[in-house]
Amino acid sequence: MSTATDLLERFGTNYRISEVNEQKADLTFFKVPKDQAVRLLRELRDDAGYTHLAFLTNIDYIERGIFTLNYMLHNYDTRHTLGMHVDLDRDNAEMESIHNMWAQAATYQRELREMYGIRFPGSPRLDDDFCLEGWDQIPPMRKEFDTAAFSLARFYSRDGRGTEDPREHMKQQLYPTHTDDAPEGGN
Amino acid sequence: MFEPTPQVDLSSGKYLKLWQGPQHPGITGNMALELTTMGDEIVDCKTHVGYLHRGFEKLMERRTFIQNFPIVCRIAVPEPTFNEYLYAAVVEELTGIESPERAEWIRTLNLELMRLASYLMWLGGIGAAFGQGTVYQWTVTHRDYILDLFEEMTGARVYHMYIVPGGVRGRLPEGFEERCNDVLNRVEKLLFDVEKVLFNNFVFKKRTKGLGVIAPEMVDQYGITGPNQRAAGFVRDLRRDAPYLVYDQLEFDVITATESDAYARSWVRYQEMHQGIRMLRQCLERTPREGPFQARMPNVLHWEVPAGETYVKAECTRGEYGYYMVTDGSEYVRRVHVRGPSYTHAIALMEKLAVGTNIADTAGLMVSLHTYPPEIER
Repeated sequence: MSTATDLLERFGTNYRISEVNEQKADLTFFKVPKDQAVRLLRELRDDAGYTHLAFLTNIDYIERGIFTLNYMLHNYDTRHTLGMHVDLDRDNAEMESIHNMWAQAATYQRELREMYGIRFPGSPRLDDDFCLEGWDQIPPMRKEFDTAAFSLARFYSRDGRGTEDPREHMKQQLYPTHTDDAPEGGN
Repeated sequence: MFEPTPQVDLSSGKYLKLWQGPQHPGITGNMALELTTMGDEIVDCKTHVGYLHRGFEKLMERRTFIQNFPIVCRIAVPEPTFNEYLYAAVVEELTGIESPERAEWIRTLNLELMRLASYLMWLGGIGAAFGQGTVYQWTVTHRDYILDLFEEMTGARVYHMYIVPGGVRGRLPEGFEERCNDVLNRVEKLLFDVEKVLFNNFVFKKRTKGLGVIAPEMVDQYGITGPNQRAAGFVRDLRRDAPYLVYDQLEFDVITATESDAYARSWVRYQEMHQGIRMLRQCLERTPREGPFQARMPNVLHWEVPAGETYVKAECTRGEYGYYMVTDGSEYVRRVHVRGPSYTHAIALMEKLAVGTNIADTAGLMVSLHTYPPEIER
């Protein structure tokens, strides 16, 4: 049994940890309920050595009506990475902010608000534009946002270059008056 | 840790709002800094991104696995190869494909050559930011010699699309080793010249020593990785700590410093260039000349990757670069997240370090953090 599995079993007495997946020797994923997530993050950072937040991202499971946040934590001493999953209700996506634990988390949360519409109450500059300016559509990274339909509706199309049969085209270029029919009055 | 924006009364006449960018002198790409200044001292800094947003992660969700591979290299313009490698590695891990040993050596050679080219561009940038335009001309010329090598090896100078899932697209050309060694010798000679004119230059030292000091306790709080972290005294390098490709068979030193200012960061990168040359020479000598360079692949036009998720990372010039991928068993990827080190270095860290510096040093501070905006916006 790996150290990471031991660790999660130890935390399992206080937290409802599920769906543990040891992807490889140095990477383990697991799931924890939303109400316990930030408390566990703090404990992993302060007591278990997972001090590095590599990133925070979201996966859209539209068919199940959930978002799954993934907090990727790394322990520099054991060189092990943990991916912590937290499910959110897709129609009312809100999560506790962790900007007080890692400085860069505020930026990730701002991006997730813009791209998925997930709210993180109290996170600094949460409603400021991140990448998009004056965006008036649904958050674009949600699965129901159709980029092709958006582009067709928003931008006018430009006529492409005409297509020509190369053989005919070259004939016209080289012999503009030439036709395959015999000239009138000829033999 | 996060610090609230200071409340300044712009109507008081004490402060000035100043925008640097989006054509910012301190970065490779477009990004803007919204500076609030008092005299020439910066009292607040906000980073604005979005000028290069092309929605790569969204695009990738709507394309097949093989269609994605020409897209990914465009995420970090001066250093596209790391995207190619990581995309290939993450797909290989999820599909269980193993690339042959020869391909692993060629990939390492490719990555280190890319690192050297990227560092040369950066070295020119740090010189130019502190008034040494000549250094920029020297280094960019030598970067072009490396791009010549890439053109010869891959057919393209910038976006190579050479590292593919399963291996690489081709073998090394005839006589490549000699030509590459020749370029390495030239670059090495250049580096010693740069050391004399830049690192021993009084003005450069005066302006960079003490600029943008990253305290050791900030490193994990801000998610700082790469040379920015090593300049603060941390002996952390993914090539050594979590070896990938053939890095466990190469000899190299992890360069660190303790001062953690712009000069120390520059010195660490400069020394890493020498280590890169050392590794490249080993690769040139030891890359197998025989054997397959591409694994047997399924029909990639109808490639269904098994359901799963994983995260693969590598040490790029700026720090930890990673690809997180979730698949659901279909022909399309469910989610890809690209972790670029600039995400935190250019936003949270830059906003913190800029405060208290002055307008003239902003560009140099930004270059000393080595950021690429496209990897922030993905």
